[in-house]
Amino acid sequence: MTSPDPQASSPARSGGRRWVYFLPLAVLAGLTGLFLFGLGNDPRLLPSQLINRPLPEFALEAPPGRDRPLTSEVLKGDVSLVNIFGSWCVACLQEHPVLRQIAAEGVVRIHGIDWREKNPADGMAWLRRHGDPYDAVGQDPDSKLAIDLGVTGAPETFVVDAQGVVRYKHVGPITQQDWTEKLKPLIADLRKAAQ
Amino acid sequence: MIRRLFAIAALAWLLAPGAALAVLPDEQLADPALEGRARTLSQGLRCVVCQSENIDESNAELARDMRIRLRELLVAGKSDDEAVGYMVERYGDYVLMKPPFKATTLALWLGPFALLLVGALGIGLYYRRRGPIGAESAPAALSAAERQRLDHLLADDEPPTPPGDREAGR
Repeated sequence: MTSPDPQASSPARSGGRRWVYFLPLAVLAGLTGLFLFGLGNDPRLLPSQLINRPLPEFALEAPPGRDRPLTSEVLKGDVSLVNIFGSWCVACLQEHPVLRQIAAEGVVRIHGIDWREKNPADGMAWLRRHGDPYDAVGQDPDSKLAIDLGVTGAPETFVVDAQGVVRYKHVGPITQQDWTEKLKPLIADLRKAAQ
Repeated sequence: MIRRLFAIAALAWLLAPGAALAVLPDEQLADPALEGRARTLSQGLRCVVCQSENIDESNAELARDMRIRLRELLVAGKSDDEAVGYMVERYGDYVLMKPPFKATTLALWLGPFALLLVGALGIGLYYRRRGPIGAESAPAALSAAERQRLDHLLADDEPPTPPGDREAGR
């Protein structure tokens, strides 16, 4: 009874600020949207820092049984795929038939980085067993080049243009669909742009 | 009790070396100052294969290779910032356990404080509208009839607590 003003002013105030009650709902809706969006993102797909930058200079030794080393010079002149693989890598075995088919099509050179073999001969033994789609193969036993390329796992494949600039990175095994719908058209585009 | 203490001690003994296992003796630097810097820096770098571990704790092979590379950079005379920058240049900000403060991470850094502010504002608004605490909730004074009825009840009726309860209570 002593202070009548709160009662007197509150209806007018609450009438004007009714929307305040919907604020928590709006925040919840916003967060739900954000989380749903995040759910669709694969946390393993890190965007490569190398896109549109030249591959760092490197010179990898060829594995035993191969005579051509893999260097940054080998890559220049035409578009090529640079594929990171290892005989220990299960997903690489899954990808392998697609790489062999790409090599058989003869559309693009594929270079292999034989990554972190326990025994230097393991990679070549693996290629003898499953077929060899590679133009040149270099060995990277202690991740020297892999870290330089920002590699997080095998297989990973870089599409490198004729100047040695990285144009695309594919994380995980290349599927038949990836090849026909993404990589092959991209290679054609890069060749067209170079002319 | 003694047995339980013994079990806890045994468990602690088992777990303690586990935490330091990731960094193997062969990758450690002879110079303790450099090695210390390497340890500190690698605790701030994320293992890019395991995602929630830093490379100092991770047993992943790539984490080991990254630790070795980090030490090579320090031995080559690179500063802490240069060594960390080397990894960021290759793996992006993602490789940092603590995200950097910049335009794209503003919401991440300031979001919680903004939410706290909104919450505090809401509470403030609520109490301002209700008026001073107790203004509305204080009971009105008794009317004459109520007062009379209360006096009547207090005078004539039995005490509010039964005697039995009082015995038990005291």
